Amino acid sequence: MSDPIIRIRGLRTQFGPKVIHEGLDLDVMRGEILGIVGGSGTGKSVLLRSIVGLLTPAAGTITVDGVDVQRAPPADRARLRGMWGVMFQDGALFSTLTVRENVEVPMRPLGLDAGVRRKLADLKIAMAGLPPDAGDKYPSQLSGGMRKRAGLARALALDPAILFLDEPTAGLDPIGAAEFDQLIRGLTDALGLTVFLVTHDLDTLAACCDRIAVLAEKRVIATGTIPELRRLAHPWVHAYFNGPRARAAFDQPTGKEL
Amino acid sequence: MRGEGDRRVLSGRLAITALPSPDAFRGARQVDLSGLTGLDTAGAWLLDDARRNGAELVGLPAGLRPVLDAVAAAVPAPPPAPPRRGLRDLVKDLGRKVVVSASGAAGLVEYLGRFLAALGRALRHPAQFPFTALVHHCQQAGLAAVPIVATISALIGVVLAYQGAFQLRAFGAEIFTVDLIGIAVLREMGILLTAIVVAGRTGAAFTAAIGAMQMREEIDAMRTLDIDPDMALMLPRVLALVLMMPILALIADLAGLLGGAVMSWGALGISPAMFMARLGDRIAVTHAVVGLIKAPIFGLLIGVIGCRAGMQVGGDTESLGRLTSASVVAAIFAVILADAAFSIFFAQVGW
Repeated sequence: MSDPIIRIRGLRTQFGPKVIHEGLDLDVMRGEILGIVGGSGTGKSVLLRSIVGLLTPAAGTITVDGVDVQRAPPADRARLRGMWGVMFQDGALFSTLTVRENVEVPMRPLGLDAGVRRKLADLKIAMAGLPPDAGDKYPSQLSGGMRKRAGLARALALDPAILFLDEPTAGLDPIGAAEFDQLIRGLTDALGLTVFLVTHDLDTLAACCDRIAVLAEKRVIATGTIPELRRLAHPWVHAYFNGPRARAAFDQPTGKEL
Repeated sequence: MRGEGDRRVLSGRLAITALPSPDAFRGARQVDLSGLTGLDTAGAWLLDDARRNGAELVGLPAGLRPVLDAVAAAVPAPPPAPPRRGLRDLVKDLGRKVVVSASGAAGLVEYLGRFLAALGRALRHPAQFPFTALVHHCQQAGLAAVPIVATISALIGVVLAYQGAFQLRAFGAEIFTVDLIGIAVLREMGILLTAIVVAGRTGAAFTAAIGAMQMREEIDAMRTLDIDPDMALMLPRVLALVLMMPILALIADLAGLLGGAVMSWGALGISPAMFMARLGDRIAVTHAVVGLIKAPIFGLLIGVIGCRAGMQVGGDTESLGRLTSASVVAAIFAVILADAAFSIFFAQVGW
């Protein structure tokens, strides 16, 4: 758990004159679930997009497994893309393909036998907690929670070492959200994933995360476990981790930290 | 992988990037995994598959056991084979499609009625009439469409003149080209081309705009605020088309005749003055009237079909695209069907 798989140093991201991140440093350790929290507009999703190379930062370096995401030669970056899976907020499934075909998309370049590929896709769909008949459905026929699970199945298609989750439980009912938390925890433990999890959901933080990084003032102002963060004096962190909702989420004996 | 007889020995990393075929385990009684250094879910599925087929897995390193266990727990049962489809199912499908198409036509009648009801209410309560929206849509559907309608119509006039002249010259009857252009443009071509351009341009825009509102629940919001979507959205759009289509058709007629006249002058040497004289002499004003009478009806059809398709959009982006293209196809089909009906009618009446 001690060597960082993702290392960010001096990151600066800006859109025109608007600076989102300035001098941001962050390490994500191998095999941990790191939760990213922060107020609306602090650039949590932007950070995720920068790491997976969808956005080019104005300054700073991001290395994943020792490879510089921006400046490495194309062959190394192609290896990175096989190393991570991204689950976007609403699943971002391809609407013209069925769920099974969506999960098969990342497997296509590997030249697998079509029958094997189909069975592997069904396996991933089942591991994401979807019923077997979901594979033949189109994304528009699924509920929001099922779309998220299908997005997770696609993100897991190639057994990534790192899983990026953008608001995995947003818009789910509490029961569905709790199931999703358990699913993420269970998959991480079974498959040895590293998870980078952007969330607003305090219950998810309590149920899943090994460590939490707080984004504020354009950088990561604190990282640590929930009990550590609750003791910090920074006003935003204090309000976030000691507000009425936070107390409801953390003071129950559900959190493994307590 | 090495293997002889009913024993297989695996070593190294078993992962999706280098996955052996499941056939490699056929007939294996024992699989030795002690040399395995890595295992992903695809590899674990393969091992689980072998185990289900009667092979015994031995020597799995302890660190790789969780992956195998997680996969073994998740492997879905093989799906039941889909039922065979016979003639009976084909007949059923056909029947279902017929019913859907018929109910589509009934839906068109429903929206026509809703438009008329909204119009009636607006006439009784003029204060509710969405006048600003009507003017806006008249500009969008009418004025903005003038350049494309005029250009296409003029080009069709050119084509008719050229083709007509070519064929009629064989009989020494070039002068009849003027009759041909006059009748074809005024009766059919001008209005039909206008309708097709408007269906593609404005009908599709109606569907996309109303469909996007439907997707963002704006129409539901209107209903809760006691704003009638028929009155606020459908009435100004359809009425704008009903009012603008005759004007566009008239412009198309003029542009078509102009294109024909220019081409006749260039290719046949029929001077514009001669063209005008022949046109006034031989082509009765009824031809133009027959063409223009159809215009508001076509506008009504295009508008109602476009608005109805927009109201049917569901929550997903795909249905928006599907219904937009379906609305254009349906509108053009309805226009041509109505045109055929008009032809029969005018032939019977003797115009």
